Amino acid sequence: MTFEYAPAPESRAIVDIKPKYGHFIDGEFLPGKKHFATINPATEEVLSQISLGGLSDVDKAVAAAQKAYTKTWSKLSGKERGKYLYRIARILQERAREFAVLETLDNGKPIRETRDIDIPLVAAHFFYHAGWADKLDYAGLGKSPQPHGVAGQIIPWNFPLLMLAWKVAPALATGNTVVLKPAETTSLTALLFAEVCQQAELPDGVVNIVTGDGSTGAAIVNHPGIHKIAFTGSTEVGKKIARAIAGTNKKATLELGGKGANIVFDDAPLDETVEGIVNGIFFNQGHVCCAGSRLILQEGIADELIEKLKVRMAKIRVGDPLDKNTDLGAINSREQLSKIQELASAGDAEGAERWSPACDLSAKGFWFAPTIFTGVTQAHRIAREEIFGPVLSILSFRTPQEAIEKANNTPFGLSAGVWSEKGSRILWATQQLRAGVVWANTFNKFDPASPFGGYKESGWGREGGKHGLASYLKEGK
Amino acid sequence: MSFYGIVDGSESSLKHFLAQLPGVDQVGVDARAAMLATRSIKTSSKRWAIDTAISMVDLTTLEGADTAGKVRALCSKAVRPDPTDSTVPSVGAICVYNDMVAIARTHLDAIGGKHVPVAAVSTAFPSGRASMEVKIQDTQDAIDAGAAEIDMVIDRGAFLSGQYGLVFDEIVKIREVCGDRAHLKVIFETGELVTYDNVRKASYLAMLAGADFIKTSTGKVAPAATPPVVLVMLEAVRDFYQMTQRRIGVKPAGGIRNTKDAIKQLVLVNETAGPEWLTPEYFRIGASALLNDLLMQRMKMDDGYYASPNYVTID
Repeated sequence: MTFEYAPAPESRAIVDIKPKYGHFIDGEFLPGKKHFATINPATEEVLSQISLGGLSDVDKAVAAAQKAYTKTWSKLSGKERGKYLYRIARILQERAREFAVLETLDNGKPIRETRDIDIPLVAAHFFYHAGWADKLDYAGLGKSPQPHGVAGQIIPWNFPLLMLAWKVAPALATGNTVVLKPAETTSLTALLFAEVCQQAELPDGVVNIVTGDGSTGAAIVNHPGIHKIAFTGSTEVGKKIARAIAGTNKKATLELGGKGANIVFDDAPLDETVEGIVNGIFFNQGHVCCAGSRLILQEGIADELIEKLKVRMAKIRVGDPLDKNTDLGAINSREQLSKIQELASAGDAEGAERWSPACDLSAKGFWFAPTIFTGVTQAHRIAREEIFGPVLSILSFRTPQEAIEKANNTPFGLSAGVWSEKGSRILWATQQLRAGVVWANTFNKFDPASPFGGYKESGWGREGGKHGLASYLKEGK
Repeated sequence: MSFYGIVDGSESSLKHFLAQLPGVDQVGVDARAAMLATRSIKTSSKRWAIDTAISMVDLTTLEGADTAGKVRALCSKAVRPDPTDSTVPSVGAICVYNDMVAIARTHLDAIGGKHVPVAAVSTAFPSGRASMEVKIQDTQDAIDAGAAEIDMVIDRGAFLSGQYGLVFDEIVKIREVCGDRAHLKVIFETGELVTYDNVRKASYLAMLAGADFIKTSTGKVAPAATPPVVLVMLEAVRDFYQMTQRRIGVKPAGGIRNTKDAIKQLVLVNETAGPEWLTPEYFRIGASALLNDLLMQRMKMDDGYYASPNYVTID
């Protein structure tokens, strides 16, 4: 007899998805003109029709945000703004299950992650920034630092609501108003968040949400009424934004791509390292900008560790994202699936050795088995380009210096990991690594108090923590 | 002497072997155990898990107040946990003190429970503070009285002061006493060893010295069989099997009081050591109160509602 886990699906009865959504502007939902479908990537079922925002919608949203900024939000004390943020945080906690199910339906990520990681972190971000709202004068940013005005925020599809929280919470805490565009494939939780703003009686126009595609995002970036851009997404789009705002007064923070190096020394705690590797690359199907997508192993333990990793990967449960026992869900879109397939094929073509555990993948929806490539070198495309999927490239090193050189030999610099039981080695390595976040003996751990951001082409500025506040404020006198 | 060709039993060979084991990262183990605790086991898999857990229970009474009557009652319960339902399996074993072994064995045989082994706690359980002669005699007595399983304790004082050779020798000697007549379970008292690194070291020490089972605790010290401790031990038996092709069992004992906790243990086994360990031959749960909760949950799955506790027997 084997221990088969019977299906344990979370009920979707808790969510009420409307057939069609408009934009959330000035406190109310306004019908859009054109629409596009948003689907459940696990089944390809159409969930709803989302409005495609154009110039006029962005105009209206920016106007509403400007009005809210001058008439109400900038007149409130930090303490009063904080109250709204606390209220939003509490409502998010109360409606956590609803958000978790909706996020899983729209994004394809497992309910275990939305329930235990995404949504609790979302609430934590609002609570954390609520606490800052009345303490900005003491944040070390000068006396009475002032908000920019209207922040244009463009977020990705990998952590839809969490990225919204990363953007909206600090913007509101610092006194800015917001025009936010969720990603094309994952608008639903942002639209549910709009309902939370209504429920919290947030003044009209403080948060505006315009749905749409890249053209909608471009309209926000180029709008003269926007004072600050906050973008999370690809390096390619990040560069376009940087070009677009060059020569303007717009401030920007950009959270872009990554090719995180996860370095394992031969004195690492091996079993927990295997867990960290799995969490580093297979968390959220590898749709993580800071994923540990390059595993760099000390040669003496490489074979043993790869064997352990394979045993562990065979236990990864791939399937229905709503099943409470699923570890790896669906790839977010057909487009992303083809990108992953294309890069994985490049790995084959360039002579790396591919391995995946046996997986029963559904014919409907978008799926990719957890995959590792061994025998990868710095010259391989899969060691250089961001795959943004559940694909791990495994390289090896002989000396600590070589590990650091390989880890830093990338145009990116978002994250890195170091595994060792030796404290001095960890401290030495973390000082050498050119990455915005370095994890020691863990990976993909997030906290609102910890600033997050990239070196080099992984981005500008920091989000989270005290450092994240600075980008939403003009330095005080 | 050579033990699996890995150590020669000397203090230095043991120190050397234990020192090269990879460390255990406490935060990582705790996180993995917490994640596995979220597994949702429902319907048919829950039914299977409950019956499997019942068959793995080492039904235990280890009280100063134990009497022949109490032990006989426990034996009846062990053979037929639910007298109204013959599809409920017998438990894995009865676990008693040395002087109760003969009573338990005789009674089990008399009531159709020949298939239920008697386990005896031994070596000056629970503290292990006695001379080696006494520990050997304690074990010999129990086996002569019919114990098929010996649950010995290690000398935690020796372990914590780094005298691994002493701990190892004691296990080897008790192993010799057991011979082919009794299975040997080695109890670490993980609540006294405290760190996961120590749990890993003790696991290898016991396995190399000839343990058939490694067991977390006596049940007299808290914390006992916490999920991360069991996880570390399951990793050890898994890796030891890779090294030697010998499968060692694991027995968490202490603190597993309800069905939910028991199922969490089975999930740990399934996803760490693997399904090969999911049999009473390689996994046992030392418990007393657990059995009744398993029976109540089993009835609930059949009937659709919770019955009064009066529908399960209190022995």
